[in-house]
Amino acid sequence: MDLHEFSLRQLREGLQKRDFSAQELTQTLLKRIHTLNPELNAFVTVTEAAALESAARADDRLAKGESGTLLGLPIAHKDIFCTADVPTTCGSKMLKNFVAPYSATVVERLDAEGMVMLGKLNMDEFAMGSSNETSYFGPVRNPWNTEMVPGGSSGGSAAAVAAGLVPVATGTDTGGSIRQPAALCGITGIKPTYGRVSRYGMIAFASSLDQGGAMARSAEDCALLLNAMVAHDPRDSTSHPAAASDFLRGLDRPLQRLRVGVPEEFFGEGLDPEVAAAVQAGIDQLAKQGASIQSIRLPNNPHAVSTYYVLAPAEASSNLSRFDGVRYTHRSSAVENLDDLYRQSRYEGFGAEVRRRILVGTYVLSAGYYDAYYLKAQQVRSLIREDFRRAFAEVDVIVGPTTPGPAFALGAKNADPISMYLADIYTIAVNLAGIPALSLPCGFTQSGLPIGMQLMGDYFADDLLLNVAHRYQQETDWHLARPNLKAGEA
Amino acid sequence: MAFDQDAVRRTAHLARLALPQEEVPAVASQLEKIMSLVEELSAIPTEGILPMAHPLDLEQPLRPDQVSNHDERQRLMASAPATKHGLFLVPKVIE
Repeated sequence: MDLHEFSLRQLREGLQKRDFSAQELTQTLLKRIHTLNPELNAFVTVTEAAALESAARADDRLAKGESGTLLGLPIAHKDIFCTADVPTTCGSKMLKNFVAPYSATVVERLDAEGMVMLGKLNMDEFAMGSSNETSYFGPVRNPWNTEMVPGGSSGGSAAAVAAGLVPVATGTDTGGSIRQPAALCGITGIKPTYGRVSRYGMIAFASSLDQGGAMARSAEDCALLLNAMVAHDPRDSTSHPAAASDFLRGLDRPLQRLRVGVPEEFFGEGLDPEVAAAVQAGIDQLAKQGASIQSIRLPNNPHAVSTYYVLAPAEASSNLSRFDGVRYTHRSSAVENLDDLYRQSRYEGFGAEVRRRILVGTYVLSAGYYDAYYLKAQQVRSLIREDFRRAFAEVDVIVGPTTPGPAFALGAKNADPISMYLADIYTIAVNLAGIPALSLPCGFTQSGLPIGMQLMGDYFADDLLLNVAHRYQQETDWHLARPNLKAGEA
Repeated sequence: MAFDQDAVRRTAHLARLALPQEEVPAVASQLEKIMSLVEELSAIPTEGILPMAHPLDLEQPLRPDQVSNHDERQRLMASAPATKHGLFLVPKVIE
């Protein structure tokens, strides 16, 4: 097995035993990035020199006998997390030349652990998209089939992990942006309970929905990373005061008394039969491992997409009003007065999908429409949360498909925004409620594309989701499958 | 409901987006589709349901009023498109 296939735990053991140094590990992965990234386009920035320096520092600390869990291990960040002195573009022309004056709390914490950042990962512009095609820096390609999309918006993160460019990556999830690309790229990704991972320095899309999380090849690696990511942050007023936890502790608990709910609404019209069959097999596997399975109802789930496409654009239109062409963004050169400066810079700096969402958000918040759209959607959001409350009185986890189908072809859904929005039909309700959810690989289509199974838990049941996923991965090997990348042996 | 071209122009003005006239018809038809998707919400009975603004029922926390941010004017302004004497430059506002 090559270094790029090692799990975090295996890499850590190798570093501790001095089988290889952090510098050797970093060089191996940088070489792999240089070989594969021109086709995959997963990285928008590779921080080669800084990575080698930081690996050298990690080697010094390792030589002194330090044994930090993540010391010397490689990572890359979704380009939505601010990194001091390294460009942070958020996939947008608007921030093409932006260098943040400070790092996000998540980045700071992982730096402090001694992790080695290899670079910044491509994403849909301002995290708005489900295919990574809205990025100003071009689409990311799916390592399993480069004619296909990797999903989005954390598509660069998912593709980089699946292709073995990096063992773990950060992502963010507003309506499915960690879970959907994880499913389409055959990796494991968790969106924690809202409030567990600091949003400080994470460029805002929809603040009541945005949540950072971990993407890796296994649940165990996600747990290792989350241990360092989850903490109360006084700089984020929505950070939960009781946020810290040891996600490794309960990882091995047996599934004997686990009550699994399967929502009828997730298996209806529109679900690809191959996805349905693979997820059903995944549920059968959980039953085989001791879980009891029951059917449940989430009657308001079918309204989640509509609710989301009022609330998320509303919040986005407000958050993105800060991009004005004056302080740190793209500025139009063809302007004569201040109003034109705002209007032209914003038109030129934002791509079509971002502009569309800003317009929807502005419209639903404009005078005369607030009650009909925004208030109404907030009420339906309450109903969606109530569905989950009722369900979690009866079951411990809810299991269903992550996406209605496997990865689709580049360009297939670009003409019709609605068909793209429906790619998130099973992931959105989770963000509206604020509960945690995880996607893990559970099979392949006949054409060799990965299929994801979604686990949803009650507030602060993140550890339970990781536990269930880990036990499942102890008994199955879907997460060990690797795409066949031609240049991979370079 | 009709999301006509006037509505697009009005909304683009509120959002400070200089949408060129030739794009307005296409944008109107896309927004019309999105608004008809969300229109289904109006049929859901929600009388007496409290609106949910946020997942966690947390109060806004207070912290001691201490200086925590230091003067970083140069770093903060480094990404600005146009500056002079430590100020952001914009086109003339007052004649």
